[in-house]
Amino acid sequence: MKYDIVLAGVGGQGVLSLAAILARAAMIDGLQVRQSEVHGMAQRGGAVSAHLRISDGKIAGDLVGSGCADMILAMEVLESLRYLSFLKPEGIVVSAAESVVNIPDYPEAEKVLGAVRSLPRSLIVDAAAIAKEAGSPRAVNMALAGAASLLVPIKIESLERGMDELFGGKGADVAAANRRAFELARERSRK
Amino acid sequence: MQELVLLGDEAIALGALHAGLSAAYGYPGTPSTEIMEYLIASRERRGIEGGEGLVASWCANEKTAYEAALGASFAGKRAIVTMKHVGLNVAADPFVNSALLAIKGGLVLAVADDPGMHSSQDEQDSRFYADFAMVPCLEPRSQQEAYEMAAEAFDLSERLSVPVVLRLVTRLAHARAAVRVGSAARPRNPVGKSADKPGWTLLPAYARKRYDMLCAKQADIAAWSGSSSHNVSTPGPKRRVVITAGLGGNYYEENLADYLAAEAEAGRPAEPPARLHVGAYPAPADAIRKLCEGAGSLLVIEEGQPLLEKKLRGILDPGIAISGKLDGALPMTGELNPDNVRAALGLRPRPTAAASPIALPGRPPQLCQGCPHADSYQAIKEAARGLDSVSVTADIGCYALGALPPFSVPDALVCMGASLSMAGGAADAGIKYPIGVIGDSTFLHSGIAPLIDAVAGRKPITAIILDNSIVAMTGCQQTILPSERLREICIGVGVESEHVVVIEATKIKAAENVAVIRRELEYRGPSVIISRRECLEAFRLRKKKEKAEGGRE
Repeated sequence: MKYDIVLAGVGGQGVLSLAAILARAAMIDGLQVRQSEVHGMAQRGGAVSAHLRISDGKIAGDLVGSGCADMILAMEVLESLRYLSFLKPEGIVVSAAESVVNIPDYPEAEKVLGAVRSLPRSLIVDAAAIAKEAGSPRAVNMALAGAASLLVPIKIESLERGMDELFGGKGADVAAANRRAFELARERSRK
Repeated sequence: MQELVLLGDEAIALGALHAGLSAAYGYPGTPSTEIMEYLIASRERRGIEGGEGLVASWCANEKTAYEAALGASFAGKRAIVTMKHVGLNVAADPFVNSALLAIKGGLVLAVADDPGMHSSQDEQDSRFYADFAMVPCLEPRSQQEAYEMAAEAFDLSERLSVPVVLRLVTRLAHARAAVRVGSAARPRNPVGKSADKPGWTLLPAYARKRYDMLCAKQADIAAWSGSSSHNVSTPGPKRRVVITAGLGGNYYEENLADYLAAEAEAGRPAEPPARLHVGAYPAPADAIRKLCEGAGSLLVIEEGQPLLEKKLRGILDPGIAISGKLDGALPMTGELNPDNVRAALGLRPRPTAAASPIALPGRPPQLCQGCPHADSYQAIKEAARGLDSVSVTADIGCYALGALPPFSVPDALVCMGASLSMAGGAADAGIKYPIGVIGDSTFLHSGIAPLIDAVAGRKPITAIILDNSIVAMTGCQQTILPSERLREICIGVGVESEHVVVIEATKIKAAENVAVIRRELEYRGPSVIISRRECLEAFRLRKKKEKAEGGRE
């Protein structure tokens, strides 16, 4: 088994925490993991991506090749379209519905959503709305983890444990809101 | 034996700790920063064992960091020094000279290259520096190797009495994987300075002898790399043989199954070609000759500039066709990745999902909303409006982003400290209003010497120090001296005190700030404007820390 994910978003959104939780959960399942990220200049409001590779065998490199990704997991809807060349023809795009408009030539939000919907396989999650409903606007990435949990070859208990480990230190309220966002997104994406 | 999830950078740091590290020095620079951050966390007992009694400090610049590490080695201790590739240009003087020294405590330079320039101004390959200085170099291609090579580098440094280079690249430095680590750390070396005075005193008479010794040592270094377990020969068919180095080996292996399938399809044996992987330098000449005996052609896959490929042309029979970066089989610039290695192996691209149905605008990095640099640039722009002979040279840091719209203020940006020296040169050449824009940490790194030049030459430059109180670009490390000292430093080197002005980088003060800049532009000697406001990210981290500390009491 081999499962490659390209994560996408805008600097400051928490793409790396999302990658870290999925990676930790895969390790709890006893899988091999490689997680590649870029720090530094790219963090400042620019497009950011991370590669996450999961396998039950040896993984040669840290980067996902073109046409190799099983999933693109995006925290911002325009960014979900930027890395399509990495996606396998049968791969899926899982994206937050919301836009981060910090560039002057950002296309109309409806047009961007329409483009994602027109892909052969896509799943759009109202991640920001779910996070707010769960009680923590910062839990957007956990809403996406919830949606992705329906598709990735990682046990749900391991994902929950991964979340507890990474966010356990941030207090019971934060942990509870994260869990709620995860579960709400999982619930609603199933429909 | 325990398994930890570590970045390549962290694996180097932990490997060094377990190898009896006593001292670590560095200057922040992507992608090397997390090596020191891990060691500092260990020293501060933040969840990483082994840091009791460790010295781990950021330094004013890479040169002072390297020299501090030299001092620790001289005193018998194992020391590591960390920096990014362009930082090694700053530290090149002590680095190249240190190859001649009688290294006592193991001295390891962990330098992280940035092919693809994710966060850098060039993609120079540090393996050339190791080659130039004639010292051994290790190049890990996994986090596990990074951990293990750190200890090996220290042992080798002490055994051969030379500094050893550990070369990393972004994709290893900033990728995480599980690493099996040892439990017990090697004891640290006792303190005791080197008794070999000629071995540490590079007067010409001694240095000539030391250089002869370094040349003589090359045979030992070659013998080490020739038998190193990091240089791996694999036999196989010789129609086309392959040399891989560093991460090039990973991308080759990634494509191997498809390559074998393509070979079978072409009616050839589906057997991996004869191959040499290089992880220890100098490259093993005998293994290369053996690989290429009777070979039809050779493909070289190495991350960075074509070091091996160039050298091979002096090792091999000219009859063999060599391909790699120099003939365009692989791109000369940018990173290796699974795709360009695939193409070099002659494989078709994999099918991908459909292209985006809509055109995607780029999303370049930008200054944060409310960043103090934005107010500084706005004021500089306004102050320079209408003046006909102005130049703005800027420097390395977040504020480099001011070169892009909506600000587009700097005309030039080269390397750490160049803003102020270039302003001086522009003044000499006849530019009437030369402005140099430099961050507080960059000023302390290498902006003071250029300011001394401006004072000595009474050059009419206007130095604008963007003082955000922190090293922001690399993730908010503490600056080496607090902001309050900047004014004293400028006055101390001879800038007249009425021409060292502190302003507050806010919107409210905009008109006042523009007036100050205009006034100092007209002054015909060197002046310094310190434009001050705390970085927003630093503010956020400070508040968080204060809250956490308050919570524990």
